[in-house]
Amino acid sequence: MAWPFRKRQDKPPRTLRRSFVTPEGVDLQLELGSAGARAAAFLLDALFMLIILILVSVAIGLLGIAAKSQILLILWLIGFFVLRNGWFILFEIGGRGATPGKMALGLRVVARDGAPLTGGAVIARNAMREIEIFLPLSFLGYQASHDAADAFLAIFALLWSGIFLFFPLMNHDRLRVGDLVGGTWVVQTARTKLAADIGAGETIARSRRSFSSSALDLYGVYELQTLEEVLRVGRPEAIATVAATIRRKADMPDDGDDIGFLTDYYRALCARLERGMMLGRRRDNKHAPAVSRRA
Amino acid sequence: MNAPAEPVLVNASRFRAAHELDWQRLDGIVTRIERRGIGALTENDLLMLPLLYRSALSSLSVARETSLDRALITYLEALCTRAYFQIYGVPTSFWTQLKEFFLRGWPQTVQLLWRETLVSFLLTLVAAIAGFLVVMHDATSFYAIFPDSLAGGRDPAASADALRATLYNKDQQDGLAVFATFLFTHNAQIAIFSFALGFAFAIPTVLLIVYNGLMLGAFLAIFAAKGLLFQAAGWLAIHGTTEIFAIILSGAAGFRIGTAIAFPGRAARTDFAFAVGRRASVAMAGAVIMLILAGLLEGIGRQTVQGDLARYGIGLTVLLGWLIYFYLPRKHHGLAVS
Repeated sequence: MAWPFRKRQDKPPRTLRRSFVTPEGVDLQLELGSAGARAAAFLLDALFMLIILILVSVAIGLLGIAAKSQILLILWLIGFFVLRNGWFILFEIGGRGATPGKMALGLRVVARDGAPLTGGAVIARNAMREIEIFLPLSFLGYQASHDAADAFLAIFALLWSGIFLFFPLMNHDRLRVGDLVGGTWVVQTARTKLAADIGAGETIARSRRSFSSSALDLYGVYELQTLEEVLRVGRPEAIATVAATIRRKADMPDDGDDIGFLTDYYRALCARLERGMMLGRRRDNKHAPAVSRRA
Repeated sequence: MNAPAEPVLVNASRFRAAHELDWQRLDGIVTRIERRGIGALTENDLLMLPLLYRSALSSLSVARETSLDRALITYLEALCTRAYFQIYGVPTSFWTQLKEFFLRGWPQTVQLLWRETLVSFLLTLVAAIAGFLVVMHDATSFYAIFPDSLAGGRDPAASADALRATLYNKDQQDGLAVFATFLFTHNAQIAIFSFALGFAFAIPTVLLIVYNGLMLGAFLAIFAAKGLLFQAAGWLAIHGTTEIFAIILSGAAGFRIGTAIAFPGRAARTDFAFAVGRRASVAMAGAVIMLILAGLLEGIGRQTVQGDLARYGIGLTVLLGWLIYFYLPRKHHGLAVS
């Protein structure tokens, strides 16, 4: 079909995971910042800027009344300019690649090609905020100050500038206009802790339950990792439900210790699936043929 | 009863036990860089960082192939990503970038934008002539063109003496410094704005540049009507050559982005947009610096220099300086900033 309806051949995935291969040849599977996190980071930054602006204005106002000097007014003008344009640029140009708002949400600006973030890219991406934020705001202000006569024009202008504001929602990579022009994107680099190992044995010795081969053939990797999540989150009702289901399917009696049962089942299933994987027989979910039944 | 500890069944557990200390050490180092910068590392940590990073990467590869422990893989992915960006993604130091910008990045970018600069200049010139002729023909149209906040009493109704006084005022030093600062922030915002508006296929940027030219022409026409054209042009020239050049350049940067997005040629639109955007933004940052200088020239020079010829002399010398700085051919450097 013609251009606007042309089907994309390399359709990007629906999730926010992006393949990103390091020079060492390992795919890092970057997680992009979601639109919500980005908006929250921006609002945080805007809040910080507003607080600083108010504090400095009050301080300069008080000093100005005392000193009656024009210098303070000049300082305020320059300070306002630097705050408005410099906040994002100066924070992102530093080694962290993030403003305080982004840091709070574990986001980081990086170049899309994985190269170092250059000053030019940071300036380009943040200068674009002028049309993303300031333009809609000023049209909004214009509409508020003028009455119905110009309403049509203002609404049209607002819609037009809204395209830039909501640009991130219109592409898969959540790119702002600034990201497009700067060649950057925003990734999640939150610090995570290594969660405890469910597979390791406790030091307190206790007899482990043993499971029949058919009981271990019930599930695949997907179910195993769901079970892992259930055990890590540790909600009692979820654990009880899952344990009851597995017991029913595996035809095992209820021994009253759901967590112990599930942990043992997890270990046994994990060991079995891993063994299968080593032999090149990965079982992705319960619908795939069982590891042991394949010749 | 004291049974021996049960054997470890799961790969991930053995794997964790063998490597967890390395990962924790890498985590510690990366966290320290993130919090306090690369300077916070000891020499030993600095040497270990790439080794630990590579071993974590290989752990990640192995874990993906042999382990089903999702928490482990998630952790390693996050750790490796953080380490990657600390090792590969960190820009050269701010001061190195600044030096590079002044030595090569800025003039080279301006050279690269020569076509757009020419268009931007011609637009300004044509608009200025148009504005001049329109206001000469019909003085009331001045009010439609020029914003009140910038006019400051310089309008067709003012007498020749009043206009002359605005050109040679020595007494209200303080008020003018504030006005110069206001003008700088106002102009710098316009420079950034005209760059950003380039994204809308450069059409708003054209309007902005044309409007700027119209204002210039209208302003001069007011003085010309009272026979003060030569003096007014000198008053404007002392900082105006820098200021108008800066606006022209930021407009050129906007044009560059607009044309790159409208006509990306054979390259994909997104790829071309950022290759051009990063360069054009350098020109825009330069324009802001020029506007700072223009503000200084205005705030200081205009009070101390009262002679018309001296004003022309300073304005044209500064302009010549810019032209030499930007366009004088120089040795090409292989590592130009992009």
